[in-house]
Amino acid sequence: MKNKRILFVLSLVITASLALAGFTAGENEDSYGYSIGDYAAEINLLNVDGNMVSYEDYPKAKGFIVIFTCNTCPYAVASEDRIIALDAEFKGKGYPVIAINPNNPEVQPDDTYELMQAKAKDKGFTFPYLYDKTNTVYAQYGATKTPHVYLLENTKKGRMVQYIGAIDDNVRTASAVKERFLANAVNELLAGKEVSVKETKAIGCSVKQ
Amino acid sequence: MKFLSYVLIGLQVISCVDNKKITSEPEQAAIVESSVESKSNDDLIAELRSGIMVYNFEGLDRALLQKNNDTTYVVNFWATWCKPCVKEMPYFEKVGAEYAKDKVKVVFVSLDFPDRLEPLVVPFIEKNKIRSEVVLLDDADANSWIPKVSDEWQGAIPATLMFNNKKRAFFERSFTFEELEKEVQSIL
Repeated sequence: MKNKRILFVLSLVITASLALAGFTAGENEDSYGYSIGDYAAEINLLNVDGNMVSYEDYPKAKGFIVIFTCNTCPYAVASEDRIIALDAEFKGKGYPVIAINPNNPEVQPDDTYELMQAKAKDKGFTFPYLYDKTNTVYAQYGATKTPHVYLLENTKKGRMVQYIGAIDDNVRTASAVKERFLANAVNELLAGKEVSVKETKAIGCSVKQ
Repeated sequence: MKFLSYVLIGLQVISCVDNKKITSEPEQAAIVESSVESKSNDDLIAELRSGIMVYNFEGLDRALLQKNNDTTYVVNFWATWCKPCVKEMPYFEKVGAEYAKDKVKVVFVSLDFPDRLEPLVVPFIEKNKIRSEVVLLDDADANSWIPKVSDEWQGAIPATLMFNNKKRAFFERSFTFEELEKEVQSIL
């Protein structure tokens, strides 16, 4: 009898905690920007060439490789050549890179619009490098650090978030990369498959706001 | 109130179950083995003349994160290039000194690239007279180890893990001294 009672209490407890856990997880998703399967809103941001850039400027795109990055974070700098290579590899296939600098130059003086222009010219960026003047886009996405990647696929319902995380498994040394998380995800979408690794984590510099 | 305590006990039961699931048996055996061989250097990549240990994640995990004793560990992940990290380091130093009597131990885990250790990290520690232990984590595959530190960690630094044999807390944020002291007090 006692055992039965314990069992009953235990099952109550488990149900209650599962309910609680579910509730918290739901809350986190809301407060952390986009999750996999969400639809990304349109952007309209100033590019280093002086023009405004929106997703709708790319009518032929199948999707977008959106990368939050900045001028001087060592992880961002270590990724620059790889970001250029990704644009070269996937722009022609319908997935251009869109880079967005989420940092507030008043907090991070290395990330002014002028220094972004210098960086883009110096490195020969082949993709837009956008200035998040209102400091709202990074929060909308839930980007917490640089670099931080969001892969969007154009679907009938909108630009669906298909992958969030790192470019690959070795931010420091391109030659030591074993898994190209982002490239694999784009290739899977291009092949009409479901993305197998949807989220990864990487160390980055916190977004400076 | 009674219900709440049942819920709490239930949560603990679940988290114990989870832990067992995560730590598969061969891994447990390995951990036991390495703590017996107290000077297993397999995971220690280097020990510099300055005394800074360089670990891969497995090494750091065994040497520090798995500790289970009456000390409260405050493990701060930082890098010399991370301005908010550098700003809050004196607060960690102060907490480490003021709460040493309560067995609080502060450890700074540097995520600087290993080639910056001698030219940047060591001079930084000397210049700022850092007294807490500093180690360097040299493990590029962050996707595999970030979740092992905490599921909550998105990967930004500063980040801080506090734990003792009763409680564990993780923070992906920067602290003022008062905020840090409050969190340390609440885990003691």
